[in-house]
Amino acid sequence: MTFAFARPLRVDHPPDRRARLYRFGALVGAGFRRWSTYRQAALAGLFTNTVFGVMIYSLMRALTEDGRRPGGYDAAQLATYVWVGQGILSVVHAWTWNELADRVRSGDVTADLLRPIDPFEAFLAADLGRAAYAVLARMLVPVLAGALMFTMYIPQRPYTIPLFVLSLILGTVLSFTLRYLVNLGAFWLLDARGLGAVWLLASGVFAGTFFPLRFLPDWAQVVLWFGTPFPGLFQIPLDVVVERPGPAQQIGSVVLQLVWVAILVPLVLRVQRAATDKLVIQGG
Amino acid sequence: MSRAYGRLVQAQIRSQTQYRTSFGVDVASCALSTLVEAAVVLVVFRVSPTVGGFGLREVLVMSALAVFAFDLADLLVGNIERLSLYVRKGMLDAILVRPLRVLPQLLATDFALRRIGRVAQSSVLLAVVLVYAAPHWTPARVLMLVLTPIAGCALFAAVFVTGACVAFWFVESGEIANAFTYGGKEFARYPATIYPGLLRRVFGYGVGLALVGYHPALFLTGHADPLGGPDWLAWLSPAVAAFAWLIALLMWRTGIRHYRSTGS
Repeated sequence: MTFAFARPLRVDHPPDRRARLYRFGALVGAGFRRWSTYRQAALAGLFTNTVFGVMIYSLMRALTEDGRRPGGYDAAQLATYVWVGQGILSVVHAWTWNELADRVRSGDVTADLLRPIDPFEAFLAADLGRAAYAVLARMLVPVLAGALMFTMYIPQRPYTIPLFVLSLILGTVLSFTLRYLVNLGAFWLLDARGLGAVWLLASGVFAGTFFPLRFLPDWAQVVLWFGTPFPGLFQIPLDVVVERPGPAQQIGSVVLQLVWVAILVPLVLRVQRAATDKLVIQGG
Repeated sequence: MSRAYGRLVQAQIRSQTQYRTSFGVDVASCALSTLVEAAVVLVVFRVSPTVGGFGLREVLVMSALAVFAFDLADLLVGNIERLSLYVRKGMLDAILVRPLRVLPQLLATDFALRRIGRVAQSSVLLAVVLVYAAPHWTPARVLMLVLTPIAGCALFAAVFVTGACVAFWFVESGEIANAFTYGGKEFARYPATIYPGLLRRVFGYGVGLALVGYHPALFLTGHADPLGGPDWLAWLSPAVAAFAWLIALLMWRTGIRHYRSTGS
């Protein structure tokens, strides 16, 4: 049964770039609409994000007693870090994502491979749509809630907000690419849950969602920033928005995210090719 | 009848260990997550000598007690979170028609063996922390040490069940429960002194989570409560857990009666 699906990815894309862009945009819109139907879930999520925000910020504020600056942040910067952090958690979505792995296990992935669009591109578009919806439904309210309850740091440099938007988009693309890579593991293991658990743990700790990575010793920071893509998911966008580093390093860190995207996307495409080459359809 | 539950759990264990590599990795990373949680406390103390007026010793005891109680509850009833899936898809019908009780059946059917790795790690962590903190052992403190994880586990379990009941009314609002379950663990791990008044009253004494880590740790390390709570407060944890279960079972009964299947 494998022959018919062995090389579907080599199907030539339509040469027209505008058509391709239009198609990508349509898929982004579909992703947005799909998630916008879960309004109740968004409300529940807002409540949870807000509770967690208060808890995490309470801990952070306790660390700044007596005017201490843990990791070089002051109390207001930490407030922004925590609340914008709660907001972008569900935008970046560095959590469990099993859509592709489930389709591999059930065999539905054959349908994705027959379509005249690379599955990576199609799933990425849908994920960007989901992220766009999350910005509206999940990010703005926790940030407002935090601003009402606590003193937050307001960015001073004029280019910080656009840079943050770019950094957030790159963080989402990085997060998606890594999630996709984990799911591709299902082509070999059939059950990618174990890999998913490793990913969940790594993305939680090494991205800076538990605590800002600047709390760590210098050597650990160097290893994480230059040896892994994880800070790009969460820590870099947040450092950009609280202007923790100077302008040069602030822009440099976004370039670092770009470098990781440039490394990981071709890698994922290669792994995907290897995966589809060895694909055996389940239940066929 | 208990044999039937045993068979359900056995079947689950067999099915979960089918993909062996995946299961092994899953258990290992579950176990690692406990170590990470302990490491977070160490990182926090790297940047600050005290947290909410407490030193590393007291906070580690709090954290280890709370995490152990939570992991135990998560192993036993954590999968009740999947109730919303059963309600949404109408799969609960199949459970309801069987001649077994609904709640134990669901717990047995969804038993997640991989969480055993986490419980193992957090019990080791608790032992290590207690050796490090080296409290002066008295009979009362030993009794407290035995009592706290059991009562804490029961309390977290009740919170899990109550939270899952939300699904009977609002199918997609599962995340609300997370604020009290995972959020409750987060709350219980650190001194109650760091939280703003409202949050402390609701989570600490409304839900009772201050009795899972904070007050027992004060009792074990012989630290007076800076908030002025009396010494004997930590002994209330079994009563609070029992009361929480009363509410949980009441919610559950009401929820089951409210359930009307999916109609498709």
